[in-house]
Amino acid sequence: MAGIPVHEWTLLDAARAVREREVSSRELTRALLERIDRMNPRINAYITILPEQAMRDAAARDEELAAGGARGPLHGVPVALKDIFCTKGIRTTCGSRILHDFDPPYDATVTGKIREAGAVLLGKQNMDEFAMGSSTETSWFGPARNPWAADRIPGGSSGGTAAAVAAGTCFAGVGTDTGGSIRQPASLCGVVGVKPTYGRVSRYGMIAFASSLDQGGPIARTVPDAAVVLGVIAGPDRRDSTSVDVPVPDYLAATGRSVKGMRVGLPREYFAGGLDASVRTAVEKALEALVSLGAEGVEISLPHTEYALSTYYIIGPAEASSNLARYDGVRYGYRSEGAKGLIEMMSRTRGEAFGAEVKRRIMIGTYALSAGYYEAYYGKAQKVRTLLRQDFQEAFAGVDVILTPTAPTPAFRIGEKVDDPLTMYLSDIYTIPCNLAGIPGISVPCGMSPDGLPIGAQLLGRHFDEEAILAAAAAIEREIPLPRVAPEEG
Amino acid sequence: MEFEAVIGLEVHAQLATESKIFCACSTGFGAPPNENTCPVCTGMPGVLPVLNRKAVEFAIRTAVATSCRVQNRSVFARKNYFYPDLPKAYQISQYELPLAVSGHIDIERNGTTRRIGITRIHLEEDAGKLVHAGAFAGAQTSLADLNRCSVPLMEIVSEPDIRTPEEGGAYLRRLRDILVYLEVCDGNMEEGSFRCDANVSVRPRGQKEFGTKAELKNMNSFRNVEKALEHEIRRQIEVIEDGGAVVQETRLWDADAGVTVPMRGKEEAHDYRYFPDPDLLPLHIDEAWVEELRKTIPELPGEKIARLASRYGIPRYDAELLSSSRLLADFFEAAADAFGGNPKVTANECIQWKDAIVAGRMSPETIAHVVEDRETGTISATASKTLVEAAIGTGKPVRQIRDEKGLTQISDAGALEAIVDKVIAGNPKEVESYRAGKTGLLSFFVGQIMKETRGKANPRMVQEVLKAKLG
Amino acid sequence: MAITREEVLHVARLARLALSSDEADRMREQLGDILAYIRQLDRLDTSEVVPTSHAVETGTPYRDDSVHPFGEKEEILKNAPDREDDFFRVPRIIED
Repeated sequence: MAGIPVHEWTLLDAARAVREREVSSRELTRALLERIDRMNPRINAYITILPEQAMRDAAARDEELAAGGARGPLHGVPVALKDIFCTKGIRTTCGSRILHDFDPPYDATVTGKIREAGAVLLGKQNMDEFAMGSSTETSWFGPARNPWAADRIPGGSSGGTAAAVAAGTCFAGVGTDTGGSIRQPASLCGVVGVKPTYGRVSRYGMIAFASSLDQGGPIARTVPDAAVVLGVIAGPDRRDSTSVDVPVPDYLAATGRSVKGMRVGLPREYFAGGLDASVRTAVEKALEALVSLGAEGVEISLPHTEYALSTYYIIGPAEASSNLARYDGVRYGYRSEGAKGLIEMMSRTRGEAFGAEVKRRIMIGTYALSAGYYEAYYGKAQKVRTLLRQDFQEAFAGVDVILTPTAPTPAFRIGEKVDDPLTMYLSDIYTIPCNLAGIPGISVPCGMSPDGLPIGAQLLGRHFDEEAILAAAAAIEREIPLPRVAPEEG
Repeated sequence: MEFEAVIGLEVHAQLATESKIFCACSTGFGAPPNENTCPVCTGMPGVLPVLNRKAVEFAIRTAVATSCRVQNRSVFARKNYFYPDLPKAYQISQYELPLAVSGHIDIERNGTTRRIGITRIHLEEDAGKLVHAGAFAGAQTSLADLNRCSVPLMEIVSEPDIRTPEEGGAYLRRLRDILVYLEVCDGNMEEGSFRCDANVSVRPRGQKEFGTKAELKNMNSFRNVEKALEHEIRRQIEVIEDGGAVVQETRLWDADAGVTVPMRGKEEAHDYRYFPDPDLLPLHIDEAWVEELRKTIPELPGEKIARLASRYGIPRYDAELLSSSRLLADFFEAAADAFGGNPKVTANECIQWKDAIVAGRMSPETIAHVVEDRETGTISATASKTLVEAAIGTGKPVRQIRDEKGLTQISDAGALEAIVDKVIAGNPKEVESYRAGKTGLLSFFVGQIMKETRGKANPRMVQEVLKAKLG
Repeated sequence: MAITREEVLHVARLARLALSSDEADRMREQLGDILAYIRQLDRLDTSEVVPTSHAVETGTPYRDDSVHPFGEKEEILKNAPDREDDFFRVPRIIED
């Protein structure tokens, strides 16, 4: 890899170089910490950076290797986590003032798995407050910025992670996706993001937004890199009742699989109005790439698509209103001082320490669950969720994967939509149905807009068939070479 | 106008599991504050619940024992409300789809059987404890101890089939006994492992519609439940007779004052916003599991009472007393079977020594041997008590104690006759007076014989022999 | 789908969210818009549809009934905004 700067290496190359002792984990870690120092002031991708701890861990990994033992596929490789995964002894904020100083007493399962695989943790990445947002502008720690154009949003809610990966400040990160929060920022930052099947990755220690939709997954610069990280974090967990005991296949091997004969569904509802022309063109290129390799495009219909957003904006906020009720100033986090009595303390704590978007969703969710409205809102949404699930079931009877745009437009400007919630919500219109159905999805870069902004294609698969979407995404990635690290002065 | 009460009872029973319902913390009572806590039961960000299989088993066994139908699919929901003793700000509880429905418990009152319906049985988690630092009046703070958070509870809701406070008490005692027999709950009301709330209304006798109900809380003994129901029924009747209307409200039983009083303060309009807990999948219980557990159900109090009464020919009342504890009933049966005589005496002894028996400090042979020795006249009633007392907690055979202490009495007719002859010969004057009609002197002779035998003569036989000889 | 200011304040109280007067006004507008959008679902007839709460429904798994103490009480208490010894301390409940 002579001549290529360390921060542009793939994770696979970095892991191999460490394992074969061409480079030490300390050298890699130091290089990326320097990269963070240089880039982070511009993109604000990290809430917490862990220079000393990362160097200590890297030294320990080097020693282990010298003693003849590699922990796992990420041995000595510096990575980072969205600040939604609990890390024992390391502040975990979820992008919120209410947890600005929260020191978790335990590690998330994903945190543990990353460490067991030998990774070095560089820091905790910026995000929309409680993962509610599509732009990383709702973070209490200030907005993250798109490394390709610093006046634009990196997407959200895992915007810090996508920006950090695109800026070459880590080899990969783990984000979370409730309605597109991995795939949409990956698309906007020109990197790869995987939302696994619901139940594939443990949610234990991943701070909940909407429990029936949340799922952790990797963001990396290449499909094989993402596949390796997914292999590390996937698998059943006794501490998460909703994790599913299905064997974890060799995801990396899947990325080398041929797509010949693969049936690729193109839902007509996803290519209708509101889709930016440059995005349409780029996704069509992605289809051409697959077809050129022997895949077959099939037009399909997912007839209830137009109801997905409404369904999502009932179920998500309803679950969130309950999940976020624990932030009451009693056991941890921010507490408003000087309140008269308990109720006032709780109300002021929550009023002062939650941002506008979080409050909005708590209000919607509380309203939708409240007496007299449950059936009209939550009950209704659960039924429409069934229809959306059936749409996919029927579609997958005839196709192996579904190809769509990830986001309707490339990255928009910071501040452009922040005060217009409904317009902001439309950014997730193509990613939301996947969460409601619980199926896996991936965003892979497939082009650039005339302004030089990345565009991603989304592939959706059957439950627990991450292999098919990894194979198709890897094929697109090989056929459409694109830069993966943003230029220094975007 | 004559009124009748309509009463439904809601029981919360703490399940006798080792660990909590959704995490591995201990359920132990009386630990230092926040000792039995972990990230899960204190509602730390990101934690998730995992269901304790034993808690489900206990609920299924209870359902089977109360003839409920176990639903093959039940759902845990979140009941949302804010309180410092509720860390997640929701309680996980079964709401729309409970674990079991449509059962009943039979209670016997004055020779007739009443069937009290059970609406539902469901599982839920307990909340913590808020200590009002109220040593000083006007304290500005309260203290939260989360040890009890997520301790497993089973809620058992009766149909409004209960008509009198006594029936309510009988239902509760029977339910408690069933849970204790099943070993799913220790049944301790004072420590709060068996709690009861009541819904009470009254209506003119013959009317079909229910009256407006009040919910009663804070009754921490069976007696208090009965007293609170009595008071509340009387209160509601008075309200109606005075031309007023009963208000739907929650009332607290004040045991010291012997009255129910409305819960203080404005009750916030409760809106618990129940919805299925997305962190727990539905609880699937297959028929095979239920059948497997059905085999583990012991003989239950109702069946036991009937069987003891008919098999041993003891009064029903005694059978009830014996069946109040599974251990006591088993003990009685072992003692009665070991001794072929009158089970009624054995039953009396078992009831008399209940505490020691239940504490496991006595063997059935002790009672069997003592009862047999009394029946044969080998020992006196007084000696019997002394012997049992001496045997408790020692494990020593009671007959060995009897012989060591020389507590046998002379019941041998020949031996007694010789002594009687001797006493008659030694007191000619008294014999003459007796025969002249001073029959009160009989006790003098008995006393003399007791003196002669150092109290070991069988008093009944002494009297018989004396009367025969003095003629 | 109009929502009144009173409804906003009632929901805020249920959710224990203190809202400033401006916030309440803005919330009323935004919630109204969002709810109006969401009510497009009314167009669908779902009378015959079974609700989905989990995308993949299996039975909930169990843990065995054995005690594993967390063993780090201080870790549980260390984040408390206020405590007294090993209790979490909160302001007194004032009934209003």
